[in-house]
Amino acid sequence: MSTIAPAPAASETLTLSGAEVLLRALKDQGVEVIFGYPGGAVLPIYDAIFQQNAIRHILVRHEQAAVHAAEGYARSTGKVGCVLVTSGPGATNAVTGLVDALMDSIPIVCLTGQVPTHLIGNDAFQEADTTGITRPATKHNYLVKRSEDLARVVHEAFYVARSGRPGPVVIDLPKDILINKAPYVAAATAAHRSYRPQTQPDAGQIAKAIALLKSAKRPVIYTGGGVINAGDAASDALRRFARKTGYPVTSTLMGLGAYPANDPLFLGMLGMHGTYEANLVMHGCDVMLNVGARFDDRVTGRLNAFSPGSKKIHIDIDPSSINKNVPVDVPVVADAAAALEALIAAWDADPAQPDRDGLAAWWRQIDTWRGKDSLRFTQTKAKGGVIKPQYAIQRLYEITREMDREVYITTEVGQHQMWAAQFFRFDRPNRWMTSGGLGTMGYGLPAAMGVQIAHPDALVIDIAGEASILMNIQEMSTIAQYRLPVKVFILNNQYMGMVRQWQELLHGGRYSESYSEALPDFVKLADAFQGVGMRAQSVDELDDVIRAMIASPTAVIADIAVDQKENCFPMIPSGAAHNDMILGPEHESRARGISDEGLVLV
Amino acid sequence: MNAMNTTLRTATISVLVENEAGVLARVIGLFSGRGYNIESLTVAPVDDEGHKSRINIVTSGTEMVIQQIKAQLDRLVPVYRVADLTQIGPHVAAEMALVKVISDNADRRSEALRFAGEYGARTVDATETSFVFEMTGSTEKLDAFLDTMRPLGLAEVSRTGVAAMTRGTTII
Ligand SMILES: Cc1ncc(C[n+]2csc(CCOP(=O)(O)OP(=O)(O)O)c2C)c(N)n1
Ligand SMILES: [Mg+2]
Repeated sequence: MSTIAPAPAASETLTLSGAEVLLRALKDQGVEVIFGYPGGAVLPIYDAIFQQNAIRHILVRHEQAAVHAAEGYARSTGKVGCVLVTSGPGATNAVTGLVDALMDSIPIVCLTGQVPTHLIGNDAFQEADTTGITRPATKHNYLVKRSEDLARVVHEAFYVARSGRPGPVVIDLPKDILINKAPYVAAATAAHRSYRPQTQPDAGQIAKAIALLKSAKRPVIYTGGGVINAGDAASDALRRFARKTGYPVTSTLMGLGAYPANDPLFLGMLGMHGTYEANLVMHGCDVMLNVGARFDDRVTGRLNAFSPGSKKIHIDIDPSSINKNVPVDVPVVADAAAALEALIAAWDADPAQPDRDGLAAWWRQIDTWRGKDSLRFTQTKAKGGVIKPQYAIQRLYEITREMDREVYITTEVGQHQMWAAQFFRFDRPNRWMTSGGLGTMGYGLPAAMGVQIAHPDALVIDIAGEASILMNIQEMSTIAQYRLPVKVFILNNQYMGMVRQWQELLHGGRYSESYSEALPDFVKLADAFQGVGMRAQSVDELDDVIRAMIASPTAVIADIAVDQKENCFPMIPSGAAHNDMILGPEHESRARGISDEGLVLV
Repeated sequence: MNAMNTTLRTATISVLVENEAGVLARVIGLFSGRGYNIESLTVAPVDDEGHKSRINIVTSGTEMVIQQIKAQLDRLVPVYRVADLTQIGPHVAAEMALVKVISDNADRRSEALRFAGEYGARTVDATETSFVFEMTGSTEKLDAFLDTMRPLGLAEVSRTGVAAMTRGTTII
């Protein structure tokens, strides 16, 4: 250390090892739980964990699951999720989770072990270029090379993870840094040197937005995951703004729960498997207010046919989300809660009256679209009748509504995920955990685990497919170890249903490799992991299984045999416009030819 | 903003960054990962303590893409400021090239020397059959100089890429 550097404030601070400094910084950042898996490079941290009680460690069975569990924890609490993995394979196993968190803007700090600094670059045992590998997989990452940087970097990582548009941050920790003594410093109170996201909206832009919104004849409020990330204050402001204006509200997959699904202003989810009314409202609106959504391709369909006649206002905390896919007329860079509050104040202050007649006509139009009942399905109630997957979710929803317990839903990826989004009606934020941007099969079970850790008394259900659930099934062991009463509700159609659906509709019914062959006996599987297995084969068995599952004090796998041929509708095929939607067999279905251009899209 | 605007433009973007490990990899990874062009890129520390570096990037794209590039750069954690010099107003942009010309032909060599003088290039190395010229100026001027040297025995080129700055009192 050079002579001009200030001496450590208290001699006491240099009695701590790097690992102890790390834990102290985590504690100061409010960390209560770490999801992790040990290995050589992180043994000093595990040793420090062993000698304290403030932070609880949850031992997962695969590092990918540690990140998804932390995502579930973060998304259901609004806190930063914390992960600890070893170097090399520990870090590479975590990458899928990191990208998942990046795509869905989930705040995560992931600590990765690294070989000692003097070995970095030598292809040492279990060395991987973790900062190199995770650079495009994270919001930001750090390699701590000097003990004196350790505490500052940890504090900074938490700031970066939760500020602005949240995301995953990796801190790569060489083993010598963990062992050597390191100084502890408290979190800086000064603003970050370079990273200062804008959270307050520009008043001029808000005024422009209000002028457009007041003049609207056919308005829509299109909300996304940003409203959830902005916390309860944002959901609350959204409700007040929508009720004040009487404007219809739709939501992306990630935004479900920000606006109550049973409210008459709510049109349901929009996008590829959104409702008829939500998509036609988006197509036909004259003023669109996007709050915290990002014009994702699952939502817009064919870009040059997306909402062709509308003026667009876009509120986003990330300026790079604005004008990325869809050019907008009024960009507003801000936190969703701050922007919505500003809109409410400006709406009230503005003497102009909204176009009530126009709005009334718009609602009459919307009601005729709603009349189509695009999610309609027919469920036979005959004894032995085949269960429709939609009906299974609907009953799950209705039965959970009968109790007054907090209910959290996670999902895997596929048709079951879309049916869950369509039929499980959320009325509060942070109750719905799903892998939206990355679409990661295997997300739901570990995410449910993380949610259950955060909310021990809540009812936590992973709505799963029989294929997805096998991708992180090892976590049943974690669930057993911590006696987590997580419920796994498998819509077992014996197919990778979403793949099968695309093959049916787009590839001439050639079901290449999409049949779920050689499935395990899920009832026995639950048993093997100290849980309870249940099965419903026909519609008359469904309610009893759901009730028994919910009543069980332990982990449950409920294997629900559902109609193998059922498809998820409505569907806007890739590359089609919103008004070019395929409706289900209950309707005059109209599948317009899918272009070659559409075929290349995923 | 007009989405239909498909005209390509060139932009000279200066980015002030924290001088830390990996920052250049972040910037380059952003361009390759998102499929943006890099026509030229330079980087060097620019403050006394060596805490800040300036990256100058010459890129091209539609207006929407260039706005997107700037927004993507600006959200990188170690980035202080992103300035689109092409948009701020008049600016100077210059690069330096070392140009080696080899020729056995005395006429060609004297032609090379004469053109170098006219372009204002310095001769920094000479042997009986070769020269190394050092030339500073706009990208266009350097290109023109290279075109002139090509028939005269141009053998090797080393260019720095563009350094750029606004004119007048504006700073980024
Ligand atoms: C890790 C991963 N691999 C592949 C896919 C592609 N994919 C999307 S849905 C799906 C099938 C899912 O099947 P299942 O879990 O049974 O759900 P279902 O569609 O039948 O409800 C596949 C393979 C993916 N999303 N994630
Ligand atoms: Mg399936």
